[in-house]
Amino acid sequence: MPQRDSMIGTLLAATVLCVVCSAVVSVAAVGLREKQEQNKVLDRQKNILDATGLARGEYGLPAAELSKEQIDELSSWISEKLVDLETGEYVTDMDPAKYDPREAAEKPDTSVAITDVKYDPGVDRREKIAKVYLVKKPGSEGEFQQVVLPVYGKGLWSTLYGFLALRSDLETIQGLTFYQHAETPGLGGEVDNPAWKAQWEGQKLYDEAGEPAAIVAKGPAPSGSMYAVDGLSGATITSRGVTTLLRYWSSDDGYGKFIKNLNEQHAAKSGS
Amino acid sequence: MAASKAKKVVFDPLVDNNPIALQILGICSALAVTTKLETSIVMAIAVLLVTACSNFCVSAIRSFIPSSIRIIAQMCVIASLVIVVDQILKAYLFDISKQLSVFVGLIITNCIVMGRAEGFAMKNKPGVSFLDGVGNGLGYGLVLLFVAVFREVLGSGTLLGFEILKLDRNGGWYNPNNLMLLPPSAFFLIGFLIWIIRANKPEQIEEA
Repeated sequence: MPQRDSMIGTLLAATVLCVVCSAVVSVAAVGLREKQEQNKVLDRQKNILDATGLARGEYGLPAAELSKEQIDELSSWISEKLVDLETGEYVTDMDPAKYDPREAAEKPDTSVAITDVKYDPGVDRREKIAKVYLVKKPGSEGEFQQVVLPVYGKGLWSTLYGFLALRSDLETIQGLTFYQHAETPGLGGEVDNPAWKAQWEGQKLYDEAGEPAAIVAKGPAPSGSMYAVDGLSGATITSRGVTTLLRYWSSDDGYGKFIKNLNEQHAAKSGS
Repeated sequence: MAASKAKKVVFDPLVDNNPIALQILGICSALAVTTKLETSIVMAIAVLLVTACSNFCVSAIRSFIPSSIRIIAQMCVIASLVIVVDQILKAYLFDISKQLSVFVGLIITNCIVMGRAEGFAMKNKPGVSFLDGVGNGLGYGLVLLFVAVFREVLGSGTLLGFEILKLDRNGGWYNPNNLMLLPPSAFFLIGFLIWIIRANKPEQIEEA
């Protein structure tokens, strides 16, 4: 046994300690991963339900307070579709359940670099094919009542991942909710505040010319504004990030073409 | 003798030698997680477990830790335990772990944990070190609960999510105090708590 405070003793102690600690951490991380993944899926479903207002509309409760069965029930109203963002058309030869857009955004062959765009969301790449959600209450008229679009972009510290729910006119916002971010709690973290999120309901995503117009104001939103919600106090950069990511995803670089296609289909149907 | 020492290390940190109220350690997380009682309870348990287990582990290996890297070695043990706690919370208490967000990870930098490892566990046997960790965790937890009860009742009108004071925006009479939802209110409450303790125990008052 080498001397405790000798060079060799120190190195030995450090090595043994590091190996033991990393083994403990790895066991915990790997052993609990499956359970954590399930929680994440459930959490994502709850967030879609919150963005669409379905949980509140059907049961009068926020999604967090629904039982697993109620969440499964409401989730069955929601169908997943894949959309090629380049053309705005549905992709029909892939299984949406097996497609993970977050993973696709990281791989070079299934993603595109975000360069030279009008609104820069602060992330380097996005997936070529996005997963969107159509909400249709069983037995109701029409193709869908709402479209839920996954959106993401950089805030101050982190990339905010969320869902934007649009009503069937495809320009009125039903809700916006973020399911993952690491903004400062109490400041940028207030994107999770229900009172702030409620302001989005009924605001317009596009102005009359069809340009992206939704905005998080600096300070209180101008009264009567159709596009603005209050800024988050003490969180200028997070607020700006939310504006930019909304505008990026609603522009033609994001879901713009898809939304136009849906509008045209809608017009063609009501015309015939 | 042994029993009285065990009792002393567990109960001393509750009031007589409270890590927050007397030593003014671990304030940061006491401000951040105390808007609701539920998160505070989970945070208190997490800190208690980490302090107790890290004290035990550090004490168990104290004769092998070279003095030149002892702080890093303690940090290594503490950080590993915190990650394990964080992973467990993410698996079993997902909603609360989302609310606690970075503050679970920040237990690593909580001075109480480090302070007990360096100040107590390095000089004492594992068993009594474990109890010292439990005691200090409880002392920390008590302050957290005290602060959280006031902040949740006065700030949101609820306690553990149950309605205590009916808010005016829900048709009741109570106009919630928004200050209580902001971190500075915890400073005031901890200040009042220290005042109460020192009024009853003048020996804690430092010489000016």
